[in-house]
Amino acid sequence: MELLLVILVGAFYSAGIYMMFRRSMVKLLLGLLLLGNGANILIFLIGGITKGKAPIIKPQNTEFLEVYADPVPQALILTAIVISFALTAFAIVLLKRVYTTTGSDDLDSLNIQDLDI
Amino acid sequence: MERNRNNEKLDKTILRTSANYLLPLLILFSIFLLIRGHYLPGGGFIGGLIASIAFVLHSFAYSPMQTLRMFSIKPFFLIPTGLLVSFLSGLLPVVLGRSFMTGVWFAESVVVIGAFGSALLFDLGVYMVVVGVVLTILFTISENT
Amino acid sequence: MTTNFILAPVLMHLFTAILLLFFWQKVFVQKVISIVGNSIAFILCLRLFEMTLTNGYLTLQLGGWQAPFGITFMADTLSAIMVLLTALVSLAVGIYSTSSLNISRIKFGYFFIFHFLVMGLLGAFLTGDIFNLYVWFEVVIISSFILLTVGGKKMQMEGAIKYVTMNMLASVIFLTAIGILYGITGTLNIADLAGKVAQVENKGLVTVTSLLFFVGFGIKSAVFPLYFWLPSAYHTPPSAIAAIFGGLLTKMGIYAMLRVFTVVFQPDHFTLTLFSVIAILTLITGALGTINKRSIRRILSYLIVCHIGYLIAGLGLNTELAFVAVIFYLIHDVIVKSNFFMISGIILKMRETVDITRLGSLLKDYPKFSFMVALVLFSLIGIPPLSGFWPKVLLFQETFKQENYVLLAALIVASFVTLFVVIRIWSEAFWKESPKPITEEIDHFRPFSLSGKIALIAPVIGLTAVSLFIGLNANNVFKLAEKAAYEMKHPEIYINNVLSTKE
Repeated sequence: MELLLVILVGAFYSAGIYMMFRRSMVKLLLGLLLLGNGANILIFLIGGITKGKAPIIKPQNTEFLEVYADPVPQALILTAIVISFALTAFAIVLLKRVYTTTGSDDLDSLNIQDLDI
Repeated sequence: MERNRNNEKLDKTILRTSANYLLPLLILFSIFLLIRGHYLPGGGFIGGLIASIAFVLHSFAYSPMQTLRMFSIKPFFLIPTGLLVSFLSGLLPVVLGRSFMTGVWFAESVVVIGAFGSALLFDLGVYMVVVGVVLTILFTISENT
Repeated sequence: MTTNFILAPVLMHLFTAILLLFFWQKVFVQKVISIVGNSIAFILCLRLFEMTLTNGYLTLQLGGWQAPFGITFMADTLSAIMVLLTALVSLAVGIYSTSSLNISRIKFGYFFIFHFLVMGLLGAFLTGDIFNLYVWFEVVIISSFILLTVGGKKMQMEGAIKYVTMNMLASVIFLTAIGILYGITGTLNIADLAGKVAQVENKGLVTVTSLLFFVGFGIKSAVFPLYFWLPSAYHTPPSAIAAIFGGLLTKMGIYAMLRVFTVVFQPDHFTLTLFSVIAILTLITGALGTINKRSIRRILSYLIVCHIGYLIAGLGLNTELAFVAVIFYLIHDVIVKSNFFMISGIILKMRETVDITRLGSLLKDYPKFSFMVALVLFSLIGIPPLSGFWPKVLLFQETFKQENYVLLAALIVASFVTLFVVIRIWSEAFWKESPKPITEEIDHFRPFSLSGKIALIAPVIGLTAVSLFIGLNANNVFKLAEKAAYEMKHPEIYINNVLSTKE
């Protein structure tokens, strides 16, 4: 399981970086998304994968009696997912706006700036 | 008029009938999820999403305008209201001299709901924000197309 | 001392933002709420600053969960300084934007987003939890995306795309670094991390992780070679927005670096050398960038990059005196940069352009305003006794003492280029005769109502006065910076204060 996830993380990161180097804006965004997902899986993996119960101590006990799963990585991933959801939604709207103003998906078509110093 | 136009594309009778029954059911289910969410799967975010799905389904069956008519206030105002509820639920323990956002609970458990505390109020706020946001997005999109 | 008060400024801005949502589209009410909220938040920040100075440290364990399990909020001298600066700039920019922005932008929820952004900044400066820091960073960048791109013309788009991409990339790198750090230590509390990181045997992994943090924060604070998004993004939005971006957003990255590289990681020789090299390159590229630019805002954008180099240089020297210089410079830089972006907005209103070749005779037409701008420009260069002078002298001294002559040369070159550029702005925009006659249509400033003019000028006067105050009162500011630097050099005080607090 761990090995599989390690390969997956590597694949996500490399695919993400590859996509970011393309000229298309949509691919750029997809690359960022892949990177984000890779980071999430990395946290999941590195936090330690254990089969266990929810980390809730019963009222009659004072400590954990059974194996419990570390809730922190899950909380981190959940937060990161929600944040990246918001960022992605925003980025898609931005790209659509760029597309409607310039009529092109090519990042190079935006390079007009350095003419006016 | 509108019905005839819809008939050309697709007969919505089944969807409309089921939406009529599903709307209250889904909202009830979303409230169930909201209340059980402290220790079990569920909570404000998920409950809010399910409630908004109920309204989205209704707007598919009828039209976004008709769904909007069910609200006496604009769904947009659910966003600040929800934020305010969450904000105040965090402030409640401060009044009692505890740290910000400490969970404070009533000693007696309430009928049906069970233990009632500031965490539920916070979730309620999240619920309202989610419903508000989803419906605002939905109606903005439907107005523009 | 444990107190809920530490969150008061953050919550005040949140409350203002919520209130603004209730009055969506009501422009006048929004302006009033924003100014009132900003003023109250400013008073709260002042109080927080005073409390931190008298008590040393303020902490809060959110939700009553003890550190290192819960989220800690923590104010030490450095945080308190940053909070006070944020409050000052946000008050000034808040007042300024009531008059400088057009109505459609305010209707688009400008003030709501603005308060949300300031809330994020304050939260980032006060948190004691590395993941919470990430969340506040995200709050800030998503607000800044919206502020930057609303009403986008084609010119804004390139900058916006670069800005969004680089910041999202920085977030991913930051998140990855947090993930690895959690993997090797099993904690997220900054104070707790400090002890656990020191125990990790695999020093190589720790260095790599620390450099991941450096890259993540480096993108946000625009260091070489990751700065290119800044000059193409910061000159496009309205000046009010550029003021808050230029003054505070890059400094947030610097603050995070100062925090992480003093408490969590103790930089080794390699890391310090890297900081110095990066500082030199940032200084040089930033300085070179300013020389051929004609738009005041573009010049300013490159000056921001250039002056980030000073801060990184101090970080690379890693001595107490260097930290004093960094903190002093930070105080000066935040005020002056925000102020100058606002001034560029006023110039834009007066002449419809900020291109210095097309500007002119501002001194003749607006002598009082020009005199004030001169003060700001002088403190930007660092002419004694204005605010920029003291930290630069300190930094030069410390670099000389460490015999890092290349860095010293870069610092001096950057200073001279700043001087050159500022003289150029002054002589072209203020002294020179205007190349074309000034007609009534060009000047959008005179037709403003009196209250509108006051709202534009008063923040600039206020921040200039603060600059003057810092310069003339350098003794006290120096003591303050010294206290903050002492705390940075002795992280064990921070660690003990966080980990020993009981509710």
